[in-house]
Amino acid sequence: METTTKRRRIKDLNFWEKIYIPEIVKGLTLTLKTMFKPKFTMEYPEVRFDPSGSYRGRPVLVQEENGVERCVACGLCSRVCPALAIEVQAAETELEKERYPEKFEINMLRCIFCGFCEEVCPEEAIVMSKDYELAFSNREDAIYGKDKLFVPVKELQDRIDFLRQYK
Amino acid sequence: MSTLEIVIISLIKIVIIVSVMLVSVAYLVYFERKISAWAQNRIGPNRVGWHGALQPFADLFKLVLKEDIVPDSADRKIHALAPIVALLVALSTYAVIPFGPDLEIGGYNISLVVADVNIGVLFILALTSLGVYAVTLAGWSSGSKYSLLGGIRASAQMISYEVSMGFSVAGVLLLSESLRPVAIVESQSGWMWNVIVQPIGFITFLVSAFAETNRLPFDLPEAEPELVGGFHTEYSSMKFAGFFLAEYANMIIASAFIVTLYLGGWQIPYLEKLGLSPILVTILSVGAFLLKMAALLFFFLWVRWSLPRFRYDQLMNLGWKVMFPLSLINIVWVAALIMIFG
Repeated sequence: METTTKRRRIKDLNFWEKIYIPEIVKGLTLTLKTMFKPKFTMEYPEVRFDPSGSYRGRPVLVQEENGVERCVACGLCSRVCPALAIEVQAAETELEKERYPEKFEINMLRCIFCGFCEEVCPEEAIVMSKDYELAFSNREDAIYGKDKLFVPVKELQDRIDFLRQYK
Repeated sequence: MSTLEIVIISLIKIVIIVSVMLVSVAYLVYFERKISAWAQNRIGPNRVGWHGALQPFADLFKLVLKEDIVPDSADRKIHALAPIVALLVALSTYAVIPFGPDLEIGGYNISLVVADVNIGVLFILALTSLGVYAVTLAGWSSGSKYSLLGGIRASAQMISYEVSMGFSVAGVLLLSESLRPVAIVESQSGWMWNVIVQPIGFITFLVSAFAETNRLPFDLPEAEPELVGGFHTEYSSMKFAGFFLAEYANMIIASAFIVTLYLGGWQIPYLEKLGLSPILVTILSVGAFLLKMAALLFFFLWVRWSLPRFRYDQLMNLGWKVMFPLSLINIVWVAALIMIFG
């Protein structure tokens, strides 16, 4: 019995910790040092965060250099989307890929930026962009159609390289 | 001086002190936000005015525009009275604290204190005790359990720490042999500041001052994580602003009082040996007083952003089992000093 009562627990303080003052001084010097360190804050509208390729921003559709989208409207992204944010309607085309999305809509109010759509896509046609500035003033504006989703492949090169390396 | 002249001079002093006080409260809030930001590697307010210098006025403007909500179960009269009491106490306490030596202007001998009363220290202690009522009434009249808990904590905490505060002051009074703030300051000439003569008393008084002003690490009456906002949970708009201003005004008073009691007031050691003109001496003295106060205020803010909050039982233990005996030891120490050195 005696050993258990005498054993020092981790939360027990020693004498110098019990009189508080040295510990308080320690804490105060730490905050004083911190006050003169460089700040982490990025002053947003003037300075913008530039994400690396691993960043998962707004999902977009890749547009080839000739202006045609890669998407073949297979609908896998729509099936896998856990938040049911994607709606695809397929149609036929004269091009080699034979199918294209007649309508492609992502509801950005539902999107949770999980990246499953990009992971499941067999054509590397939908990828996560670096765009994080998403703001709408009404619900209709939040549904992004093809006009907003198409992004030229040049602007997405970082993400595509990242996917080829790690996916 | 005729009565009229005295009244006019006093009014001028009151106007100057109240306006300086309100502006410094505003900038204390600003520096609180800045220092909290710096201590956390942030920048702090920097959008309104030069480096955010107009931020306190923007805050105040926002508070004025807010809706004043009074809960149904609140006692309306007392609910409205509490912030008034808080502000009244905060603004009137400063009257007896001297901020400089006597000044000679155009044949008038003006003392740089609004009311040079014989019982100044007693006056301050009495008024700050009255401040407890503001917090307790606010907590009690709000008709909310969080407010009530905050009010109860505030009264228990402030009464406990007032004991050690009173006993620490007794050490100072033994040396100065007067309750007059001006006499207390004059008794600390040269390097005989009370902080050097009685360091234990200084520490107990400082800690009690933190507890009296409800500042972290003793801000249990408003402990946000457990009591929402404590005694001011049910306050909004200008009534909340009243408590907010009173808290910062109390900090200013506490630091002015500490400067007067322990840091030699307006005195600069050995300034009189330099043989400067009286006006320059006065300006330097007032400057020294303000500088000492600013340093203490910085300390208040600095401590807030460094230390975590005490638990309630720890607070009471510290108050009754540590601070109270320490302040008694301090009295014995001062008495021994007087006995030995006469």
